[in-house]
Amino acid sequence: MPVRVRLPAILRDLPGSRATVELAGRFDSVSDALDALWRVVPGVRDRVLTETGEVREHVQLFVGFESIRFTGGLATAVPEDAEIHIVPAVSGG
Amino acid sequence: MPTVRDLRVRQGQVLLMAGTSKGVFLFAAGPKRDKWERGGPQFAGSPTYALGSANGNGQRLFAGVENPFYGPSLRWSDDLGATWSDETASTLKFPEGAGVSLKRIWQIVPGVENNTLYAGVEPSALFVSHDRGKSWELVRGLFDHPHREKWMPGNGGQCLHTVLPHPTDPDRITVAMSTGGVYRTEDGGKTWRPRNSGVRVDFMPEKFPEFGQCVHKVVRHPGRPETLFLQNHGGLYRSDDGGDSWHDIAKGVPSDFGFCMAIHPHDPDVVYIVPLEASLFRCTPEGKMRVYRTRDGGKSWEALSKGLPQKDANEVVLRDAMAVDRLDPAGVYFGTRSGKVYASADGGGSWSLVADSLPPVLCVRAVVIGDPAKIRVPHAKGAVRRGVAKLKSKAKAVAKKKPLRSAARKLTRAR
Repeated sequence: MPVRVRLPAILRDLPGSRATVELAGRFDSVSDALDALWRVVPGVRDRVLTETGEVREHVQLFVGFESIRFTGGLATAVPEDAEIHIVPAVSGG
Repeated sequence: MPTVRDLRVRQGQVLLMAGTSKGVFLFAAGPKRDKWERGGPQFAGSPTYALGSANGNGQRLFAGVENPFYGPSLRWSDDLGATWSDETASTLKFPEGAGVSLKRIWQIVPGVENNTLYAGVEPSALFVSHDRGKSWELVRGLFDHPHREKWMPGNGGQCLHTVLPHPTDPDRITVAMSTGGVYRTEDGGKTWRPRNSGVRVDFMPEKFPEFGQCVHKVVRHPGRPETLFLQNHGGLYRSDDGGDSWHDIAKGVPSDFGFCMAIHPHDPDVVYIVPLEASLFRCTPEGKMRVYRTRDGGKSWEALSKGLPQKDANEVVLRDAMAVDRLDPAGVYFGTRSGKVYASADGGGSWSLVADSLPPVLCVRAVVIGDPAKIRVPHAKGAVRRGVAKLKSKAKAVAKKKPLRSAARKLTRAR
C-alpha cells in the first residue's frame, strides 16, 4: 500500500500538487516520506519546512491522527499504509 | 514616561477600561453613556490582556499587566483606577516544581463566594484566590490533567482565556482554552472532564476529537447557567446541558470565525459576536464593521451597523475586547486592533466612537459604579427587561436546592 499525503487547499495550486499525493515504496520516517513528496511536488518543500529543515511554526504534520510533535518529529516512523496530513496549524493568519 | 491623565470616576457613572498593547486607558460617562471623559494610560508600555472587577468591601478593579522587561503581574485598584497596587502585592505565579513559568494573565473573574477570584493564565492553567487577589493557589486538578501535554498554543499562545464559575454552585467551574477546548469540574477543581462533544476542529485530521479544540470564547447568563454559547476557531455553538453537548448555531452570519462574544446582562437569549472573514484573513468581512446579535438564543442573527464604518473597515476584535454593562438599556462595548473603542448605549442598536488611535486593544471591560438597578438612564427607550424577574426567581430556587459549600476546601484538597 502506498503512503498517502493529504495536502491543504492552499498548497494545491502549486505545480504538480493535488489533494492527495500517493508515494510508492517504504519510508523509515516522515522525513524520508517528505523527501519523496518534494520529488513529486517540489514547491511544497519551502512552504512546509524552513531553510534549516524544521517544520514551520504554523504548520502541523500528522501521521494518521497523531501529531508528529508528540511522536518524534520528522523522525516519526511511517507505517506502510499510513496517511500523512499537512495541516495549517490553529495559529497564524 | 508619558503623561498619565487622571480620571475621577463618580458614583452612578460607567467606567470603561481598555487594556491595550501599551497600557490601560480608562473612560467614564454618566448613565446616558454619550460623553466620555478619558484617563490613562496606566501601566504605560505594558500589554494588558486581562481586566476585571469584583464587589465586596468596595469595588476592586484588577489588571493582568505584562511588563515587557520584568514579566507579568496582577495589580488592583481600590479607588476606581486612580492608583494601583505594585508588582509585589500579588503572589500569582507558578509554584516551585511546576516546571513552567507565568507568561501572561488572560482572565480575572470573581467566584461565587465572597473574596474568591479565578485567574486563567498562559501556559494554560487556572489559579484561585480567596483573599481578593493577594495570594493564589494553582488548581492542580487541571494542571496535572493527563491531556495537558497535548494542548497546543494557538497564535495568541497556549492560554486559558475563559473562566465561568457556576452562579450558584461553587464546585462547578467551566473553563476554555486555546487549544484544548472546554473542560468542566463538578468537584471544586479536583477532577476535570473535556466537554467538547459536537465542536469541530478544522486543523486536525480528526474533526470531532474529545479535546484539542481551539475555542475562542464561551459565555453564559447567570440566570440560565446550563445554556452556554461558544465562539470557536471556525464554528458558533450552543449547549443547553452545561457543555455536555453542543450544536451549531452559525446560520445567518457572514462567517463562523471570530474571537469575541458577549451576552446581554438581562436577557439570556441575546448574544453579541463580531464575525471575521476566515482564519487566513482575520478581518471583518466585506470591509464592514458589523456586530452581529441574536435575540432568540442563536436561531437567527442580525447585523448591527448603525454608527459603525461600512467601507474599508478591515478590523479585528480580539476575544476579550467586547463587554457589556449592567444598566438598562445595556451598554455594549468593543475595541479593535486598530485602536478604536466603540460604545452602544442601547443594546447594540446604535454605536458611537469613544476613542480612536489607541494602541491595539486587547481587552475591554465596563463597570457600573453603584447599583445598576438604582441608576436611572435618562430617555431610555425600549428597556430590555424580558424575563429578568423570572430568571431571578429561578436562580434563587436553584440556589436553595444546593447550598453553597466551601470551594476553598475543595480546591485545597484537589492538590
